[in-house]
Amino acid sequence: MTEITFRQALQRGLREALDADPDVFLMGEDIGKYDGAYAVTQGLLDTYGPDRIRDTPISEAAFVGAGVGAAVAGLRPVVELMSMSFSLVASDQIVNMAAKIRYMSGGQVKVPMVLRAPTGGGVQLAATHSQSFENWYASTPGLKVVTPSSPYDALGLLRSSIEDDNPVVFAENALLYGVRGEVPDDEYRVPIGVAAVKRAGTDITLVGWAHGVVTLLDAAEKLAETGVSAEVIDLRTLRPLDMDTVVESVERTGRALVLDENWRTAGLGAEIAAEIGYRSSDYLDGPVARVGGADAPAPYTRPLEQLGIPQTQWVIDEIEKTYGI
Amino acid sequence: MYLIRQFEEVCGEMYTRGQIRGFLHLYIGEEAVAVGAISQLQPHDYIVTHYRDHGHALARGIDPDRTMAELFGRIGGLSKGKGGSMHLFDVEKGFIGGHAIVGGQFPLAAGLALSHQYRKTDGVCVVFFGDGSTNQGTYHEVMNLASVWKLPMLFFLENNLYGMGSRFDRVRAGGEDFYPGAATYGIDQAAVVDGMDVLVVQEATKLALESIRAGNGPAFIEAKTFRFQGHSMADPVKYRDNSETASWEERDPVTTFPGQLLEQGLLTEAELDEIRNRVDAEVAAAVKFAEDSPFPPDEELFTDIYA
Repeated sequence: MTEITFRQALQRGLREALDADPDVFLMGEDIGKYDGAYAVTQGLLDTYGPDRIRDTPISEAAFVGAGVGAAVAGLRPVVELMSMSFSLVASDQIVNMAAKIRYMSGGQVKVPMVLRAPTGGGVQLAATHSQSFENWYASTPGLKVVTPSSPYDALGLLRSSIEDDNPVVFAENALLYGVRGEVPDDEYRVPIGVAAVKRAGTDITLVGWAHGVVTLLDAAEKLAETGVSAEVIDLRTLRPLDMDTVVESVERTGRALVLDENWRTAGLGAEIAAEIGYRSSDYLDGPVARVGGADAPAPYTRPLEQLGIPQTQWVIDEIEKTYGI
Repeated sequence: MYLIRQFEEVCGEMYTRGQIRGFLHLYIGEEAVAVGAISQLQPHDYIVTHYRDHGHALARGIDPDRTMAELFGRIGGLSKGKGGSMHLFDVEKGFIGGHAIVGGQFPLAAGLALSHQYRKTDGVCVVFFGDGSTNQGTYHEVMNLASVWKLPMLFFLENNLYGMGSRFDRVRAGGEDFYPGAATYGIDQAAVVDGMDVLVVQEATKLALESIRAGNGPAFIEAKTFRFQGHSMADPVKYRDNSETASWEERDPVTTFPGQLLEQGLLTEAELDEIRNRVDAEVAAAVKFAEDSPFPPDEELFTDIYA
C-alpha cells in the first residue's frame, strides 16, 4: 500500500488506462500544455503526446459531443470539464446525446465515455462555479454517475468507469483533491453501483457521498465520544444507486440520516430519504433525518458560503432533534 | 430519388391514416441533395443528419422495409420502434442518426470524424444540416474545432430557405449565402451548388471529399434547395406564398432529371415506367412489412438503456 492524494490517485488511474488501451484518450480545456486546471493531468502530454492528450477550445458542447461521437465509433474518450458548473453549456450533449443515442438506435451503438469534472463549493468561487450537477445527471436514464470520496475509490472507480461501455459522469469534489489515503500498489477496480460501509456502527446509519462522507465520518467520531455508534455508508455511485446496502443497514440500526451537500430541495438526498422511508418504515424509530445544503446560490464571501455548506455539527444536531440521541 | 419521393408520399398517407404518429417531416423536393451527396461516399464513411432524415437513409441504401417499420413504431424497425421518424440509425451503414435537437448533431459528427483521424483511416464523416441550425452555437463551435484539428469532416448545408416557418432573411444577419462563412473558420474548401441538380451536387461532393481525404481538413458545401411541403405534417404553411413553392416545383429533380435522361436518349419511357413500377412495388412491400411487424413487447421499454 502507498499513501497518495486523491489527485495523484486520479492521475495514476488515467495513466494505467492510457497504458492499458490505445483507444483511451483524453480531451479537455488546458489539460495538456497547461497541465490541467487542477493539475490532475500534469505531465501526461509529455508521456502520451498530443493525439492522446488533446487540448480543446473553450467549446464545451463541441468537445463533449465529440467525445460521444468518438465513443460511438469505438474509442474510449475521457473528457475533462474544468468545472461541473460548465457542464450546463454541454448539457444537451450529455442528456440528449450521450444518454439517449443507444436507446434511440435500439441498442445499435454504445457510448464508452467518461466525463470528469471538479464539483462542489467551499473554495469561494461564488455561485456559478460551486455547483454539483451530478445530482441532476443522476436522474437521467442512460447515464451512470460516480462520486468517489477517497483516493482508493477515486482510482478504482476511474478504472471501472473508463472500462464501462456506458457514459459515466465522474464527479470529483474539488475539496478532496488534496485528501490523502492508502491505495494498493497493484492495479485494482472498484465496481460501479456498489456502496461501501466506511465505518461500522449499531445505533444509526449515516448516508452520504463524496465530500459529505468526510463530514459524516467526522460526525461519527464525535458521536462515539457520547456513546452513539454510527454506521457511515458511502454511496460512491449515484446512478445506479445501491439502496440495498442502505436499507440493510437502516434495518439493523433503526435510525437514518441522509446528508446531501447540494441544495436540499428536490435533490438526491430527498430521493434517498423517501426510498428509506418507503422500504424500511417498519424498522425506523422516527422519520428519516435530513441535512442538506442551503437553498441559496453559493455566495463568494467565506462566512456566508460556510453557512450554506453542511457542517459536522449540523449532523449531530439533526440526529439529536430527530431521535433524541 | 424516385424511391425517396414515393416512400415519403406514402408516409404522408400513412400519417393521415394514423399508422405513423408523432412528428413527420418530409424531404419532398430536396431529394437531389441526399442522393447526389451520399452517392459519393465510401462504405466506411459516417453520415450524421437531422430529423428530416428519410431521404438520407434511403439514399444510403438502408432497407425501406425496416425504415417504414420504424416509422410505424414496430419491432421490425431499425431501432425496434424506439426512435421513430426523426431518429433513424443503421450502424452497419455508418448511418449514425437522425437527430432532432437542431444543431445537436454537429459535435457528434466531429467525434466520428475524429475517430477516423485517430485511427489514421481515410474515412470521412459528413454532417447534413439545415439553414435553421446555423444560428446554433454548436455550428460555429464545431466548424472551429474541426478546422483547428483538421478533421475529415464534410459540412453539408441543405439550405431550403426556411427554418420551420422562419425564412432565413428574418432570422439571419449575413445575407443569402452561407458558404462564405466557412472561410471565417479557415475552411477554404467551400462551395455553393444548385441543390435541385443531382449531377451538380455529385460533382461538388466528389471534389470536397477528395480534398478531405487528401488531409486538408474539413470542407463545406451549401446546396440551395426547397421543401415543397410544410415543415411537418402539422404545418398549414401560412408563412410563404404558393408562388414561391411553385417556382421551385418547376425544377423538381424527380421529374427534371428523368426528363434530361429521356432527352439525351439515356433512358426510354418504357425503362422509366419499369423503374417506377418496381419502386412503387418496393414501397408497397415496405408498408406491408411494417403492418405485419408487431409492436415491441413491453420489456423493450427497459432494454437498450445501458450496454
